[in-house]
Amino acid sequence: MTGLPRYPGYDVTAKRDTPSWDDVTRTVIDERLATPHEPHFFDVVEWQALCALCACIVPQDRERPVVPVAALVDARLANNLGDGYRDARLPPMRDAWRIGLRALDAESRSRHELPFSSIADEARHALLTDMQEGGLDGPEWRGMPGAVFFAKRVLHDICGMYYAHPHAWSEIGFGGPANPRGYVRMVANRRDPWEAAEARPGREDQAYKENRRVR
Amino acid sequence: MSADDPHDAQLVPRGKNGRAPDVFRPAAWIPMREYPQDEAVDFAIVGTGAGGGTLACRLAEKGFKVVAFDAGAWWRPLEEFASDETHQGKLFWTDERICDGENPLHLGNNNSGKAVGGSTVHFAMVSLRFRPEWFRSRSLLGYGADWPLDWREMWRYYGEVEEALKIAGPVNYPWGPKRPRYPYRAHELNASALVLARGCEALGIDWSPTPLATVSAPRGDAHPCVYRGFCVSGCATNAKQSALVTWIPRAVRAGAEVRDLAMVGRIAMGHDGRASGVEYMREGRWQFQRARNVVVAGYAIETPRLLLMSATERFPDGLANSSGLVGKNLMVQLNQAVWGTMDEEIRWYKGPPSLSLTEHWNYEDKGKDFFGGYCYMSQGPLPVAWVSTQNGRGLWGQQLQDEMRKYNHQAGLKIVGEAMPQERNRVTLADEKDQYGLPVARVTYSLCDNDKRLVRHSLDFMSLALEAAGARDIWRETDDTCHLNGTARMGDDPATSVVSADCRSWDIDNLWICDGSVFPTVGGVNPSLTIQAIAMRTADRIEALAARGDL
Repeated sequence: MTGLPRYPGYDVTAKRDTPSWDDVTRTVIDERLATPHEPHFFDVVEWQALCALCACIVPQDRERPVVPVAALVDARLANNLGDGYRDARLPPMRDAWRIGLRALDAESRSRHELPFSSIADEARHALLTDMQEGGLDGPEWRGMPGAVFFAKRVLHDICGMYYAHPHAWSEIGFGGPANPRGYVRMVANRRDPWEAAEARPGREDQAYKENRRVR
Repeated sequence: MSADDPHDAQLVPRGKNGRAPDVFRPAAWIPMREYPQDEAVDFAIVGTGAGGGTLACRLAEKGFKVVAFDAGAWWRPLEEFASDETHQGKLFWTDERICDGENPLHLGNNNSGKAVGGSTVHFAMVSLRFRPEWFRSRSLLGYGADWPLDWREMWRYYGEVEEALKIAGPVNYPWGPKRPRYPYRAHELNASALVLARGCEALGIDWSPTPLATVSAPRGDAHPCVYRGFCVSGCATNAKQSALVTWIPRAVRAGAEVRDLAMVGRIAMGHDGRASGVEYMREGRWQFQRARNVVVAGYAIETPRLLLMSATERFPDGLANSSGLVGKNLMVQLNQAVWGTMDEEIRWYKGPPSLSLTEHWNYEDKGKDFFGGYCYMSQGPLPVAWVSTQNGRGLWGQQLQDEMRKYNHQAGLKIVGEAMPQERNRVTLADEKDQYGLPVARVTYSLCDNDKRLVRHSLDFMSLALEAAGARDIWRETDDTCHLNGTARMGDDPATSVVSADCRSWDIDNLWICDGSVFPTVGGVNPSLTIQAIAMRTADRIEALAARGDL
């Protein structure tokens, strides 16, 4: 492996109608891909903060199809799908998100007189780094530790939903759904014809060709 | 809404009207016996996982009248288990629990199930026996507490469970007393498992293909494992030998009734100080089932929660709690790891996640600065689990995305390590209420110094092993845990334990506890095989006690 692995032309959803996907998986993924792009849980102000936050936590390559990660997070909160545990320092999931996004905007206003979504990338990163390191504790947090919110909600929920999306699977060369076909070639450096081909340096075209044939 | 609609599995009970889902055939049903609520059955069993499912099956096969309750759904794996980590969160116990202490636990995905079959529906299938000395760890090894069970007797029950589940494993297992070869051949190793093997061979210790509860050859209506890799999200082919496809169908065939979507909220007590049945929520209303015996098998959080919630004037601190130990000595297992990047393509998403392991540090006592032991296994997290691991080291932004791009070149070694029993680690009732109006569990956890020394030892050793196997950029995941045990420990003395060796509570002679809660210590292997072995033994003991009029 030299540099970061790349899988040019690989699209895991091209396998949708192959023996790697069963009916229930098709239904589940179709529903996820049809998630409405506008918010149902957050209000407009919170939504803008969330979109900006997502852009920092999981920055997306403009040349690749976009993962609507903010919408996926919103849908999760609208359905109130919990994890089965809650750090005692945090309020319930929905309250934590509302408090957290408003506190983030408030911190941004006090530093830059602008909401989080309107400040530059560098300023956003500085704020988030402070949050992660426990440096934000204004009254808007209502006693919720910003660092715990960042670790247990921001990263957990945003990254969890990003990597639940097929575009993210294509990006990292994950095989994706695999029932009933499963896999045959188990040892290193071997791929089944229905797995992503990694580009060798200088041979991107060959990988592209192979990935377009992945079914 | 109907019991036939997959979307309604969590809304409409399926174990009803004299039938139960046939998990082996799409849309098919099998006949199921039903028992009236106002006639006392021999056993009401709360929970249908490794403990309750196994016990329900064995008791029914011995001719007892059994009704088993599960708060979760009765899934049809062939039709309803998607190849998708996120969607399959439906298998986890995701009701709210509050976690505190110095090391608040993460629950849900790797330690709690809510379904007929319990956590075995999404367990990683690792099926290991305890080291014999662990049953007397206080006397022989100087820590924890002795079990009231003899290892030779357990050895026999382990063999019976391995046969019942057709465990796939090696001909010769390198550690512990001799045992017969495993019933089914070991699975082919994937690249991730061979990384572990290389590391062990470089450092001069033994390794083995992991004995797994997923079939490597056809069995009945299930074909062999197809290595799709979604094991911990639920098996869609029935290769996995979960309670859902093994003990439960056997139990139903033998005359047990299983009630899904039935949340037991209280054990009812009679004026004679004995349990008289269970109160449970099903189809929107509280109902009552009379029973001569009640078995609690809800795992190490729900079991003490139910005992505590069932407090009465006569038992103000909860049932079976004269020792004051109900809810105490909660033990997780330590689940730390080292991760690194390999030059070759590993693609660890193929095959069961932990195809190889070493128990070296379970059986070797020299060179340790801690009590207890650990095994470690090869790994295969899918993307959502993997990003969560990366988040755990604080990564986000471009740095995170770059790390994630190396997904197909990662390898890792992860322990299942023995945490010490501590009374301060416990389950209590919080003030908050859940959707049934019942108090939610508060789960308090802190690692002790011994736990931390074990973790350090394992991370140091595994870093060397991973490096020797050719990994670069090795880093340590320092805070994960798995499995739940303790909270109703078994013992020989009613003052220092909750149940006897027979899983019978000392205080109430028709109240039993049969799950991981009864473990006095956890050892350094996954607990499911031991829970099932204890359940099989308990069924035999109940049969013997009944025969001599002692029930």
